[in-house]
Amino acid sequence: MEFLTNFAAIFTTDGMFSAFGLEVLIGGMLSGVMYSLVGIGFVLIYKSSGVFNFAQGTMLLFAALTYVSLTERQVNPILAFTITTVVMILMGIIIERTVMRPLANRDLLSLFMATVGLNYFLEGLAQGTWDSAVHGVDLGIPSDPIFVSEFIPWLDILVSKFDGFAAAVAIFLVVGLYLFFQYTRTGLSLRAVSDDHMAAQAVGIPLAKIWAIVWAVTGVICFIVGLIWADRLSVSFTLTAAVLKGLPVILIGGLTSIPGCIVGGLIIGASEKLGEIYFAPVFGGQGIEHWWAYLTALVFILIRPTGLFGEREIERI
Amino acid sequence: MFYRETGQIVKNYSEDRRMLPVREDRWIMWASIIIMFTLVPWLLVWSGEEEYWFSAILIPMMVLGIASLGLNIAVGYTGQLSLGTAGFMCFGAFTAFNLLFRLDWMNVWLAFLCSGIVAGLVGIIFGLPSLRIKGFYLLVSTLCAQFFAEWFFNAYPWFLNNASSGVVALPPHHYRFLPFQEEIFQMFNITRDYNDYLFRYFIALIVTILLILAAKNMVRSSTGRNWMAVRDMDIAANVIGIPVGKTKLNAFFVSCFYCGVAGAMYCYCYIGNLDFMIFNLRRSFLIMFMVILGGLGSIIGSFLGAIFVYGWPILITIIGDKVFQGAFDTAFVENNSKIIVGTIIVLLLIYEPMGFAGLWNTAKHRLRIWPFKQ
Repeated sequence: MEFLTNFAAIFTTDGMFSAFGLEVLIGGMLSGVMYSLVGIGFVLIYKSSGVFNFAQGTMLLFAALTYVSLTERQVNPILAFTITTVVMILMGIIIERTVMRPLANRDLLSLFMATVGLNYFLEGLAQGTWDSAVHGVDLGIPSDPIFVSEFIPWLDILVSKFDGFAAAVAIFLVVGLYLFFQYTRTGLSLRAVSDDHMAAQAVGIPLAKIWAIVWAVTGVICFIVGLIWADRLSVSFTLTAAVLKGLPVILIGGLTSIPGCIVGGLIIGASEKLGEIYFAPVFGGQGIEHWWAYLTALVFILIRPTGLFGEREIERI
Repeated sequence: MFYRETGQIVKNYSEDRRMLPVREDRWIMWASIIIMFTLVPWLLVWSGEEEYWFSAILIPMMVLGIASLGLNIAVGYTGQLSLGTAGFMCFGAFTAFNLLFRLDWMNVWLAFLCSGIVAGLVGIIFGLPSLRIKGFYLLVSTLCAQFFAEWFFNAYPWFLNNASSGVVALPPHHYRFLPFQEEIFQMFNITRDYNDYLFRYFIALIVTILLILAAKNMVRSSTGRNWMAVRDMDIAANVIGIPVGKTKLNAFFVSCFYCGVAGAMYCYCYIGNLDFMIFNLRRSFLIMFMVILGGLGSIIGSFLGAIFVYGWPILITIIGDKVFQGAFDTAFVENNSKIIVGTIIVLLLIYEPMGFAGLWNTAKHRLRIWPFKQ
């Protein structure tokens, strides 16, 4: 019954969240935004080409590693930033030309497998071109805590500034992408392509150009997200594990919904922290967060098989 | 010219239903079984390099081949995406260890069978969500299995005999594979250590052959046809009266059964110790690559993929040592084999979606119509 008392500690006697519980919850949600950041690139590609891009984590690593290696070779940070951005855009175009274009109109499983191959290729390329050592990054993002009670007197909790920064970036990206998808011509073509490759081609949408744009934009997003993750974790091979954190997030939110990605991140983050503190003792040990996130996602998906905001496909024979 | 079915007339239904309808195929099968049992071990022992060849080449290729065959049943035959292969292997390995460690009368064959069954049951549990969710969303369930297995055996060290280092060397007396084997060995005055690679090789070979035959027969029976119907379109399969849910679950069971046996063999036949760290996500991915490269929905392809993915880095290392006098360090070999394997995956997907199995079938077809051109 220890776990019931643990669980009760989230709430105060009058049924409100206790300050501790609230701090855990909010801290978890903010760290979940980090996962959403990874998910955004995923969703962007899935939404516009139906490709489940497994190479996301490695693109993250590749971008961050390129930037770090350049700055370590005494390249001016702004120049390094520009070079990496250009490299990522070129990479997106090359991926479209060499991998996606020959595979257009194939089944989704083949496209997924191709990105798994791409993932392996980029892993070798990133570590072969630079190295596989651990690099520290400091972008100058402050990581000291903010006392929320200074702004909201009744809320006596601590929030990391770094998490706040990550959340701001995530919101910026989501709003930007949402506007892009909903209100631009390119965005409209992207949505058409995601609906049906062949039909989109039939009405004259240049598939190759659209995909090149998407992969280039995703490359740049990967770079930004890679830097934020790198600032927290340092650049090394473990950065590719970010993709595994992003997976349950996008699956909860639905593979086709960018706002769903944020919601999924909040849910996974909160559930991870609450699980670690309140449920881990039940299982007699720590370190449950890896499968706990997936279990949470599984529960949500069982209730809604295409995620919270995913498009429900109508299947027919 | 030599390999064609012309003139091979079937006279009754049982001949019509045989596994290998072409006579040459049957000859090749028997010949390769006999060669694997006699000529290969004899040659290797004679050349004195049997330890390297058995432990580093033949046994791991067989074990990984079985694991990729297991994954192929789920992904290639039934279309259920799974990334938890290594997790299911982990369950199999631990089952075999605990049975052989805790029960005196247990033998290797029964332990392998049980490890397959336990892994299969775990597979059914994690396969249950497949009744409701489809496609990429199913990755959640199998990845959950993978991480759960890694965590579970770490959190409950009882299964590892409370070893503080997290690794248990498997003692030779675990290799009980014949009834009264000690007496028989004494009778014939055999003093070989049971941990010997020759024994491990024969155990692995027998299990591999049995599992291949079982898979081959399942695939061409109604079980396999149901799997393939569900893979091609589950709604249509449902309409023509195939129990989709049952089919998915039995595919998960069989798939994980193979993975479980492969896990037990991985520990008992290949590395000789038990360690949950080796059954990590990277191994799941490697097995995934074997399936993709070998060809989805092909038995021989699973083994061709395993041979390639496992053998390629070894080949690069050997070339580096022999040709470039050890100029390749391990990081170079690792990165380059990644680049090359990745490239080959993409190229195969573009030009030969059936993988190595597709190339194999093309070669067979060419041989069949030789000396005429296509």
